[in-house]
Amino acid sequence: MPDGGIGAPTKRREDTRFLTGRGKYTDDFTPQNTSYCAFARSQVANGVIKSVDTSAAAEMPGVLATFTGEDFVEVGGNPAGWAIVSRDGEPMKEPKRPVLAHGKVRHVGDAYAAVVAETLEQALDAVEAIEADIDEQDAVTDMASAVAGAGSMVHDEIETNVCFDWGWIEDNRAATDEAIKNAPHVTTLELINNRLVPNALEPRASIGEYDPGTGDYKLTTTSQNPHLSRLLIAAFVLGIPENKLTVLAPDVGGGFGSKIYHYSEEALVLAAAKKLGRPVKWTATRTESFLADAHGRDHVTKIELACEKDGTFIAFRTETMANVGAYLSNFSTVTPTFLHGTLMAGNYTVPNVYVNVKAVFTNTAPVDAYRGAGRPEATYSLERVIDKCARELGIDPVEIRRKNFIKKDQYPYASAAGLEYDSGDYDTLMDGLEKVADFAGFEARRAESAKNGKLRGLGINAYVEACGIAPSNLVGILGARVGLYDAATVRVNPTGNISVMVGAHSHGQGHETAFPQIVADMLGVDPQSVDIVHGDTSKIPFGMGTYGSRSLAVCGSAVFRATEKIIFKATAIAAHMLEDKPENIEFNDGVFSIKGTNKNVGFGDVALKAYIPHDYPIEDLEPGLEETAFYDPANFTYPSGAYASEVEVDPETGKVTICSMVALDDFGVVVNPMIVTGQVEGGLAQGIGQALLENGVYDDTGQLLSGSLMDYAMPRADDLPNLVVDHSHATRCTHNPIGSKGCGEAGAIGSPPTIVNAVVDALSRGGHDVDHIDMPVSPSRVWAAMNK
Amino acid sequence: MPKITMNINGRETSAEVENRTLLSTALREKLHLTGTHIGCDTSQCGACVVHVNGKAVKSCTIFASELDGANIDTIEGQASPDGTLNVIQQAFQDHHGLQCGFCTPGMVMSAAALLKENPKPTEAEVRDYLEGNICRCTGYQGIVNAIMAASGQDVPSIAAE
Repeated sequence: MPDGGIGAPTKRREDTRFLTGRGKYTDDFTPQNTSYCAFARSQVANGVIKSVDTSAAAEMPGVLATFTGEDFVEVGGNPAGWAIVSRDGEPMKEPKRPVLAHGKVRHVGDAYAAVVAETLEQALDAVEAIEADIDEQDAVTDMASAVAGAGSMVHDEIETNVCFDWGWIEDNRAATDEAIKNAPHVTTLELINNRLVPNALEPRASIGEYDPGTGDYKLTTTSQNPHLSRLLIAAFVLGIPENKLTVLAPDVGGGFGSKIYHYSEEALVLAAAKKLGRPVKWTATRTESFLADAHGRDHVTKIELACEKDGTFIAFRTETMANVGAYLSNFSTVTPTFLHGTLMAGNYTVPNVYVNVKAVFTNTAPVDAYRGAGRPEATYSLERVIDKCARELGIDPVEIRRKNFIKKDQYPYASAAGLEYDSGDYDTLMDGLEKVADFAGFEARRAESAKNGKLRGLGINAYVEACGIAPSNLVGILGARVGLYDAATVRVNPTGNISVMVGAHSHGQGHETAFPQIVADMLGVDPQSVDIVHGDTSKIPFGMGTYGSRSLAVCGSAVFRATEKIIFKATAIAAHMLEDKPENIEFNDGVFSIKGTNKNVGFGDVALKAYIPHDYPIEDLEPGLEETAFYDPANFTYPSGAYASEVEVDPETGKVTICSMVALDDFGVVVNPMIVTGQVEGGLAQGIGQALLENGVYDDTGQLLSGSLMDYAMPRADDLPNLVVDHSHATRCTHNPIGSKGCGEAGAIGSPPTIVNAVVDALSRGGHDVDHIDMPVSPSRVWAAMNK
Repeated sequence: MPKITMNINGRETSAEVENRTLLSTALREKLHLTGTHIGCDTSQCGACVVHVNGKAVKSCTIFASELDGANIDTIEGQASPDGTLNVIQQAFQDHHGLQCGFCTPGMVMSAAALLKENPKPTEAEVRDYLEGNICRCTGYQGIVNAIMAASGQDVPSIAAE
């Protein structure tokens, strides 16, 4: 095997350009003759657009064009990617999401007009000159009021604010209700999963270009999935033929879900570029990111856990209201349903699970998948109610989990929430956690904290998630409007080096380093001779992009399959060169040999023969050495983990300090442990941010109170402890060829309940009767809970 | 528009800028030094940190027109002309101190300023100094490790296995 194959902590090749200022992000591109776009955005959360007058703006210096909602009445809306059916059989409500607001504005930041000018400053000045007569209406921002229909309708035409009322699994409902009614013990917890603003550090940006000579469009944009964006723009919104539209997602400065979706600004710059025949560029300010990026989470939940007196779980029942904001973003309907409800059995052998989710329109920014997407909400509800139950029954929180864990000899395991977990070993993870987090030493550390006047607590958590979403046939039955395969083309060049075109997109995940490790491992070549091409629809096969921790499990598997095809064909060529049959040829470490002999030929010579096919079996074999594979997974993958955190609470102020954060994860086969560790650390920081700091808050009138980095608390270096990450306790994924499960979201899933459990533990041990505090667990909330 | 001349990464460079043009915008739009990034509009994120006359400055907090005659160092001037990374840059690569790369120029420039002031900072001092630089990807662990390593101090192995 070459150095730097699967399992090597190879340093990242992409770092060189990022560390020297040579990364090329969307805003770094300024094509010749670029014009600049700025948007007029609603300052009210709900309003009837009486008129939008752009005539004064159009006369401003440098202004090239103005647009309003009227200009896009004839084009399509930005669709939801997943159709959900309510419990009563009704399809979900899907009001149109136009390019620019028309008739009504529905959230603060909703764009209703745009200006394109010679310079950005001229465009911004002209936006100020747009005269909009918008009749402000009462806003509805609170989900309970929205469901009750007490105030306004976000979309008058659908006559309700409930998008759908979904049950999972409906056939389990009666049994679950009955089990809870008859159970010896029931623990109930009401909680809020706080709204988060993704805040990828690079604000969204888009450049539209149109070539009047060819009729070709090009969109350079901050996307996690350029082909998906192209499909949405082409098939649903603007109707540009796919073959006439290239979408380029160059270096992208983080996504975390928020750059999965097609946004109106992309359609606007393309339409404007066509009208003007010159490039049109838009770059969001951070303020625009806060107001108009899709947010995350925002559930209000009631969960009930029914169990025997000894803590054996009998049933979990969840009722959730999930905020979808003012419009349905592309994945907004699948996130609170199939990415949430299907995980509500957790790591446990509980026989009865039922989940009800009402998706609710409000006059707030759209809410969609954000790092973890539904699974953090599921894990948080479950792992919080389990901790509360353990406390009520006087059972150790580790023991109650172990008592109910699926055991390692029970796989494949059909969970009561409808998934088939293929592999895992939760007890071994918990064994490891007890050692790495030094549970035995906790009492001594607690005594030390007490001496310093601090309350110390230990919180734990176990999670399982579903990644690598998933068989296209299955998701189609469940309502998906797209397939969920991915694709790779492996092109061996005549001189033996290799270009791999992939459908996944790397925006921090290190694909340019990790994917070559797979190919190099299989072909026995130097990883440095393998390059990854991604992000450009004119170069790569049609792939679905990067989200849901799917890149390695799905696209990596496509790379694996395409490389297998390369080996198959190269073996046939080698057999001809060695004058034997393919079945007599073996391939090891880059060398084809006749079995049992020392007659051999190297991979490089075979590659050259493929492209210079003299003395070549041309009747049986095409020249060239290039193969494409589309990989459609047989199942989800099921990463799991066990996390622990110790916190100190200052009883005088309520301030929580995280003393330790330990994450043990089972990701299956790890291709690059350095990158995987980094992914977990980043996820932990986002989870800690949710638990302690971050909160997207709207007031009753629909103004976003935490609308800037001055008001929305992002985790900084001094908010975080040293993060301890261990992914050595691995069980292989049984159904994909690499054996990997996915690691991107784990940290953000496992850490919030761990920390809240630790804070409640600290307060309980300190003699306070506190069984829950909603996130973010801020000093004021902790202090209030202690002093109620 | 005023014309200003600055010494940027060791080279005399002139540009015409509006009075309202920030240094960050001037670097990116007028001088095509797009390594300096703009991540916010409230001077919170630190992606635009450069050195002005040897001191770390968020380049979105200062007007370019005030800087006639100033010495400016940006991320583009940190590596050797042949691309060899400097000690801090190399430590960021060695310790996985970056993922998407967007905050990285500001982080590297802040780290350089820190180590100039305080060549052997404690971990707590590193974390405190980076208060003005937001990274959304790394959880800061790789960044802190990189800066400790760049100062010649031991850091735990980054790979858990």
